[in-house]
Amino acid sequence: MSNSVSTNSPSVSFIRKESTQALPPPIRATGALAWIRDNLFSTVFNTVLTFISLALIYLMLMQLLHFAFFDATFTGQDRSACLSSASRPEPGACWSFISTYINYFIYGSYPIDLRWRVNIVYVLFFISMVWVLWINAPKRAWGAISFFIILPIVSYILLLGAPSLGLEKVTTERLGGMVVTFIVAIVGIVVSLPLGILLALGRRSNLPIVKVFCVIFIEFVRGVPLITVLFAANFMLPLFLPPDLNPDRLLRALVAVVLFSAAYMAEVVRAGLQALPKGQYEGANAMGLSYWQSMRLIILPQALKATLPNIVNSNVALFKDTTLVSTVGIFDFVNTLQASFKNPDWATPVTSTTGWLFAAAFYFVCCYSMSSYARTIETRLAIADKR
Amino acid sequence: MKSSLISLTVGSAITLIAGAVSAGTLDTVKSKGFLQCGSNTSLAGFGQPDPQGNWKGLDVDFCRAVASAIFNDPTKVKFTPLAAKDRFTALQSGEIDALVRNTTWTLSRDTTLGAFFGAVNYYDGQGFLVRKSMNIKSALELNGATVCVQQGTTTELNLTDYFRANKITYKPVVFAGSDETLKAYDSGRCDAYTTDASGLYAERLKLTKPEDNAVLPEIISKEPLGPAVRQGDDQWANIIRWTHYAMVTAEEQGVTTANVDEMLKSTNPDIKRLLGTEGKFGEGLGLKNDWAYQIIKNVGNYGESFERNVGAGSQLKIARGQNGLWSKGGLQYAPPIR
Amino acid sequence: MAIAELEEKPRISPFYDPKIRAFVYQAAMIFLVGYGLYAAYTNAVTGLSKQGVVTSLGFWDSVAGFPISFRLIDFTELSSYGTAFWVGLINTVVVSVIGIFLATILGFIVGIARLSSNWLISKIAYWYVQIIRNIPLLIQLILIADLMHHLPGATEIKQNTSGIYLTNQGLFTPRPVFEAGSGLIFYAFLGGLVAFIGYYNWAKNRQIATGKQSPTGLVFLGLIVIFPIAVFFISGMPISLAYPVKTRFSFQGDATLQIEFVAALLGLVIYTAAFIAEVVRAGIMSVSKGQTEAASALGLTAGQNLRLVVVPQAFRVILPPLTNQYLNLTKNSSLASVIAFPELVQVFAGTVLNQTNQAIPVMGITMLVYLTISLITSFLMNAFNQRMALRER
Repeated sequence: MSNSVSTNSPSVSFIRKESTQALPPPIRATGALAWIRDNLFSTVFNTVLTFISLALIYLMLMQLLHFAFFDATFTGQDRSACLSSASRPEPGACWSFISTYINYFIYGSYPIDLRWRVNIVYVLFFISMVWVLWINAPKRAWGAISFFIILPIVSYILLLGAPSLGLEKVTTERLGGMVVTFIVAIVGIVVSLPLGILLALGRRSNLPIVKVFCVIFIEFVRGVPLITVLFAANFMLPLFLPPDLNPDRLLRALVAVVLFSAAYMAEVVRAGLQALPKGQYEGANAMGLSYWQSMRLIILPQALKATLPNIVNSNVALFKDTTLVSTVGIFDFVNTLQASFKNPDWATPVTSTTGWLFAAAFYFVCCYSMSSYARTIETRLAIADKR
Repeated sequence: MKSSLISLTVGSAITLIAGAVSAGTLDTVKSKGFLQCGSNTSLAGFGQPDPQGNWKGLDVDFCRAVASAIFNDPTKVKFTPLAAKDRFTALQSGEIDALVRNTTWTLSRDTTLGAFFGAVNYYDGQGFLVRKSMNIKSALELNGATVCVQQGTTTELNLTDYFRANKITYKPVVFAGSDETLKAYDSGRCDAYTTDASGLYAERLKLTKPEDNAVLPEIISKEPLGPAVRQGDDQWANIIRWTHYAMVTAEEQGVTTANVDEMLKSTNPDIKRLLGTEGKFGEGLGLKNDWAYQIIKNVGNYGESFERNVGAGSQLKIARGQNGLWSKGGLQYAPPIR
Repeated sequence: MAIAELEEKPRISPFYDPKIRAFVYQAAMIFLVGYGLYAAYTNAVTGLSKQGVVTSLGFWDSVAGFPISFRLIDFTELSSYGTAFWVGLINTVVVSVIGIFLATILGFIVGIARLSSNWLISKIAYWYVQIIRNIPLLIQLILIADLMHHLPGATEIKQNTSGIYLTNQGLFTPRPVFEAGSGLIFYAFLGGLVAFIGYYNWAKNRQIATGKQSPTGLVFLGLIVIFPIAVFFISGMPISLAYPVKTRFSFQGDATLQIEFVAALLGLVIYTAAFIAEVVRAGIMSVSKGQTEAASALGLTAGQNLRLVVVPQAFRVILPPLTNQYLNLTKNSSLASVIAFPELVQVFAGTVLNQTNQAIPVMGITMLVYLTISLITSFLMNAFNQRMALRER
């Protein structure tokens, strides 16, 4: 059979009569290996880069792991455990120092038997923050009220005491550590947002004088470093106010932080206002709404929603900036950390490095969760916009 | 819009306050019910809070003594921790009633800063701390050395003067805070660390290996440390000044916390005048006549306070030296109470 | 409200008249702000005069009496407070300008790496940005300074032949000593530079006209590097190196790079680069994919693609936020005061403020300086931005 065919039509002799064995699927098109080749070794240049960065990561990670874990001290009553010894010439982090001082970092020098009050504030803070930030949470409006109104009032009463309610008074000097860090951050966020909205509206106002004042304020504050605003509030505010009116040192720092972040918030909100189509403004006018009605009901809800990621990011910046209040003598977390380094019982070459690493981790956890949240919201909004 | 808010607050605050007549500091303190003392942020032996927020130290004792004299209660005092930078502003603005923060008494501070120094509660001088391994015996050997110094104090100026006068050079590393300064020295960034000699002993304890560091013999400056008040309130200045002298007099006369009740029966006219059993000296100050009794009962005499905070009874173990009584070769001399 | 009423042209009560309202609002605002400022002014004046404190700039020419370790103009302890101000200001400007330059380079590298096809590289860039952006700069600066202090001390280091020593006081290197005749080399360098610029323009015009490329790299090497070196040897080597000489405590003279300066610079660069990287990434992503594909189709390499097609287009998106980051870096340089780098806030709003206690003028001047720097930078960058925007057709 086969012979006859080949003799009959020699021109198609190269046509295969039976199919060959199917090749196995190319191992490198799918699976882990292919992924590695495509993403790590696609070109010579990439291969070199991959190896160099692998080496770098290894070196840095090993250094960090050695310092933070392998060579670290986890138990001990005083510094002797964290000093170098024959068995461990290069001691790593002194975590027992952190665990000794952790209550001081969290509560400052708040009276020990009253610390339950701080705990309540922490819990309340956590609940209302989750409530207001969790998009699908039930009754979010209540969450917002709880965060922006109830939390500040309750915290104020609980932290500083109210003799009429049977709560012993505590002076602001006793507040310290993360409590103060959170107070500065929350007061900054809660007060600077409405102030920032007012400033942004003022900047876009038709009233020329209001506009000029707002522009001057915003540009002035944005043009100078926070540290100078803090110094100015600390040194100059008492001189400018009547001699009998002495704002508390914490209050002065708070004023500086609030004014500073309000100016930045104003610019964030302004961007949101500008991004809104003009039709919305005209529509609101056509409905016969007054200025404040149209802002409250039409403009701000849309503008704020669109800028929510930027508002959160601005709050991340504010949270990081709270560290600067330590330069004007406010006992925030950074300052309690520095104060704890002074204890001769714990003075070692690694104590302060350990402390600062701990602080870096603390701020990272707080800020990273906030900025991740901002990104999630951003994606959600982007999806919503595409519809 | 925001500025209007500020000015609204400021404005209303001003109208609220405008009525209040600026009273003497003593009256203000009495009406407040406590004394506001400007203190060090943390200097062992002079003023330092423990993690529970209880303040201890020589300067702290002084504030407690003033509070005892006014209120018969050493706890009626609040402390405002101040950096070197903002201590005089705090005094000028009236934020604090007295600045008791190991502050050096100088002419320019009396004349241009509106401060008035009442007394000297510690005679100090500036010294150097170096590592023993450097094998330095005198500050004159520090030519070319790097020196860590805290910003904004007379220390910074004395250092310059000393090196200039001796025609040697140095490299300064200037920090805003005392901790960073010491930390930099401890880590080897600087060859020497300089501050008041009293501070050197306190700070040395915080080093990784205190025993490896030595204080050089030279004292390069005069640092009379004392409490300061605002100028123009003589009554208040007198109270501050005589609180110190009462403590010194008590030590001279051997009156201590333990024996002060017995001493009330003493026939020694000096002790009688001190404790208010004779004469009306307290009233002259605007206080009660037993003001000094209250100080000694609640805080103790100068010697007791010294030993407890910086002397043999403390970690610092500083000898009395210049701070001994004049009768024992020191400089502490109290004018008579009469 | 019925339409009939409206047609009758209702009389608006003055209370509801928008014009009157606007006037009242603004008048009230002027009054409040003016009153606030006036009250603050009188309070400060009466308060200070009561204590015999005179607020003035009279201290400006008085002797400062303290030394500054890092200075680019002549400053001794006998110089005036005014000179101290200039030293601080120049240090601020120097650390900011160098910081901006380096942060831009690092930021572009990280931003581009973030979009790299290499998974590992883009992940590293991602975590670099996340970690750095979410830790306060103050803590980063302190940690960096802390690490730097762990470098070997100057006394522990042994003299070596290279003459380069990295100590916890800074980097000591050999310094050039210019002897007679060294000016010639400088002129040779200058001449080479001018010649190269001329050549470069000629080559560019030729390429535009004829499409022929000329070697620029080799000519660059020859004119700017080899030519001055040749002159150096011909003129009998008039520049020599002074090796750092060990003294009891350190090396003679100031460090080439002082450790506080390095720490401040490093902290600012690493921090700002993370923000610039995000700006760059957003800018590059804003360039449509068609552009890259077209460039690839034309046969441009990945590098050329980036350099000639993507970045120039992305630049317009990048520039405004980049300006913001430059301003942030300049303002953030004030934090270097915490790690003992003598910039404006440390020297002027620190030591000078302490010595003179003139809080109002000192803080006023300090803030004014930053404000001026900010305004000038914004102005320059806006002008640059406009030039860039004009090219758009």
